Amino acid sequence: MNVLNIIINWLNAAVLAGAPLLLATSGEILTEKSGNLNLGVEGQMYMGAIAGLAGAWFAEQWFGVGGMIPLLAAVLFAFIMGCISGLIYAVLTVTLRANQNVTGLTLAIFGTGFGKFFGEVLGHKAHGYVAVGAETKAVFGNISVGKLAELPVVGTLFFKYNWMVYFALIIAFVMGWFLNRTRKGLSLRAVGESPGTADSAGINVTRYKYIATVVGGGLCGLGGMYMAMVNQKGIWVTECVSGYGWLAIVLVIFSTWSPLRAIYSSIIFGGLTVMYMRVPIPGLPRAIYMMFPFIATIIVLIITSIRQSKEHAQPASTGLNYYREER
Amino acid sequence: MRDSKPPSVEHVVQMRHIYKSFGTVQALSDVHFELRRGEILSLLGENGSGKTTLMNTLAGIYFPDAGEIIVNGNPVAICKPKDAFDLKIGMVHQHFKLVDVFSATENIVLGLPGGRTINRRALSKHVQEIAEQYGFEIDPDKKIYDMSVSEKQTVEIIKALYRGADILILDEPTAVLTPQETDKLFDIMRAMKKNNKSIILITHKLNEVLAVSDRVTVLRKGEYIDTVITKDATIQSLTDMMVGRPVSLAIDRPAAEEIKPILSIEALTALNPDGARALDDVTFKAYGGEILGVAGISGSGQRELCEAIAGLYPVIGGAILYRNEVNGQEVDENLVGLNPNEIVRKGVALAFVPEDRLGMGLVPSLDMVDNIMLKSYRKNKGIFVDRKSPRQIAERLVEELMIVTPDVFTPVRKLSGGNVQKVLVGREIDAAPHLLMVAYPVRGLDINSSHTIYHLLNQQKMKGVAVIFVGEDLDVLMEISDRLLVMSDGRVTGIVDPRVTSKQDIGLLMLGQSRHQEKGADAV
Repeated sequence: MNVLNIIINWLNAAVLAGAPLLLATSGEILTEKSGNLNLGVEGQMYMGAIAGLAGAWFAEQWFGVGGMIPLLAAVLFAFIMGCISGLIYAVLTVTLRANQNVTGLTLAIFGTGFGKFFGEVLGHKAHGYVAVGAETKAVFGNISVGKLAELPVVGTLFFKYNWMVYFALIIAFVMGWFLNRTRKGLSLRAVGESPGTADSAGINVTRYKYIATVVGGGLCGLGGMYMAMVNQKGIWVTECVSGYGWLAIVLVIFSTWSPLRAIYSSIIFGGLTVMYMRVPIPGLPRAIYMMFPFIATIIVLIITSIRQSKEHAQPASTGLNYYREER
Repeated sequence: MRDSKPPSVEHVVQMRHIYKSFGTVQALSDVHFELRRGEILSLLGENGSGKTTLMNTLAGIYFPDAGEIIVNGNPVAICKPKDAFDLKIGMVHQHFKLVDVFSATENIVLGLPGGRTINRRALSKHVQEIAEQYGFEIDPDKKIYDMSVSEKQTVEIIKALYRGADILILDEPTAVLTPQETDKLFDIMRAMKKNNKSIILITHKLNEVLAVSDRVTVLRKGEYIDTVITKDATIQSLTDMMVGRPVSLAIDRPAAEEIKPILSIEALTALNPDGARALDDVTFKAYGGEILGVAGISGSGQRELCEAIAGLYPVIGGAILYRNEVNGQEVDENLVGLNPNEIVRKGVALAFVPEDRLGMGLVPSLDMVDNIMLKSYRKNKGIFVDRKSPRQIAERLVEELMIVTPDVFTPVRKLSGGNVQKVLVGREIDAAPHLLMVAYPVRGLDINSSHTIYHLLNQQKMKGVAVIFVGEDLDVLMEISDRLLVMSDGRVTGIVDPRVTSKQDIGLLMLGQSRHQEKGADAV
């Protein structure tokens, strides 16, 4: 039974580690569905991480309570900061028609610096290092869904997570429904596939690109907040996002631009990132373990470039800016 | 709100003093346009005369620099496409505005108000009803990428009708259709006219203008020329108006002084990716000093034949014997198995214009000089490329072929279709080939540009080049070719002398009814 236990605990940890990836992947899918290839996810997650932590910390300071109020502040600040990062990207690429790749990479660098800088500032303010109180830490901890959580196997696999895991799942399902079943979702996909077509069909291309990119950025911000509040338990760690933003961009490809497929792909990648703690293989150094997600990334990219499907491909105009009167 | 004029001369659209420029290029200058209710109006002009630009201002794609647009008696400002279809104006663009990964229904309802969610089944049923009303055949659930061009066009037209368009603009709708599909489209246009819809047909094909329209408006170089009643017009009168001077419509077929064998294809066989025979036992000869026309329904193996000779398509059997001079001696060399670069160096040139008119042979984002250099840079010695001679060639081509471009450093994608084709054909000819293959060189070109290309081909023929001309317009092929090879389903069904063969006979050959080759003019 030992092996089964290892696997169950590993799956549980995989879901926990996959949740921020799922949030960021969903956000990036939304962004790319509007034809914007935003490579700045890493930076956006950093901005969300520091904003979320700062929100929770200041809320504790000002209101003098832990728990729900700092939690709401963290969610709100992280989401808004993510939105702002998306807005920066949208203004530059949609309105000013800057090159999308360069803008995205710049945003990644900017956001990372932004997070680390204000992390230091906050640490200074807190005379040492930033950490939220135990009560706030607890609301980001695992919740037990009553008796269900005590069920063997099933309890561990489905009912022992923090609230953000369920939130991320709901976001993914809602987005899948939105993209495939609603008129606005159809319009958004048309914008990403062929903005000229969408424009001549009377769809406001600029508005769709802005909203998708801003909300997508907000979700990336929430993914970053998860890294700071759940993974690091409300303590500022300089390397808290540690490449998850880049993984999210790969996961968009792996899940072939579908938020529903992003659910299992984020769990797979989450599992690979925590494998060193959960699946001990004697003699295998930790450095090798840490390489697993990135080796998987390379394999995924090779496989997806071999597989040719019109349906499950990048939206056709991703990476291209739209200008109606271009000849 | 409605106009109270008697319906007989009711104008649904009036455009006055329209100006539009792109950078330094004046695309429209002081153009007038009037459309009556329930008529089919042809908008006629050469490539680059501003037909599409004018209609794009009506459809909200471009906003005019100056001018007045009156729809149903009210002055309007059409700033965006939505404004246009709020005024019940629908446009079917030449390059279809469809999302490839969506189904027909999804494309048709795209952007329309309605319930929050999509009920695909109910919408498909509604689309089917509209299609049946006008006599369209359509599968509402088929994805666009699985559709043929004519199916895509059907989707575009239904899309406009579904949006309640009363004014329908069709931009060169027949450029991609077979004759049968064209006839069907015209029937549908007449049915729409009976329904009191007004239709604008943008075209440069004169026989279509005469066949279907009530009136013709002619533009030339961005200027309004005249509007005439179709009944009173002839092909010659319209051509003269369009070109601005009297033009001879006859195509020359000069006789070359010397005819010498250049290419001999023997039992050439090739498979397509599905394993079926794309070329089946193809045998023929091509001679220097003659134009060998290749006719056939599109997809009968013409493309594979050209590509096989150019070394771009794998061959499983047969020989391509090419008469070449080696050390002063004439020898027949087999081109099968050589790589394309070696074949080009032996003097074989291929200019292929695909259906989308870009994407083969030219790099759209490079300028003329760079595109010409793609062919010539291998001749340069050392690590640096010579930009000077390609530039001279580019400038000469611009002058000789009357290519309309701001300068030779403008990316070719910014040129109009006809000019792009002139660049392509001009570059291939400039390589001074012994064997010149051109496929669909006049696809989408207006009559004047087409004649420029025919003239170029005749020039090459008189120089002793063997010209293989794959075309789609049978009338043209019969006028220009010395011999006409007919293909059907990958086989040669006949090689005939177009001077003594009827169009009906060739049509039968195109449908695959083979006849004995020796009966033709293969012996020369």
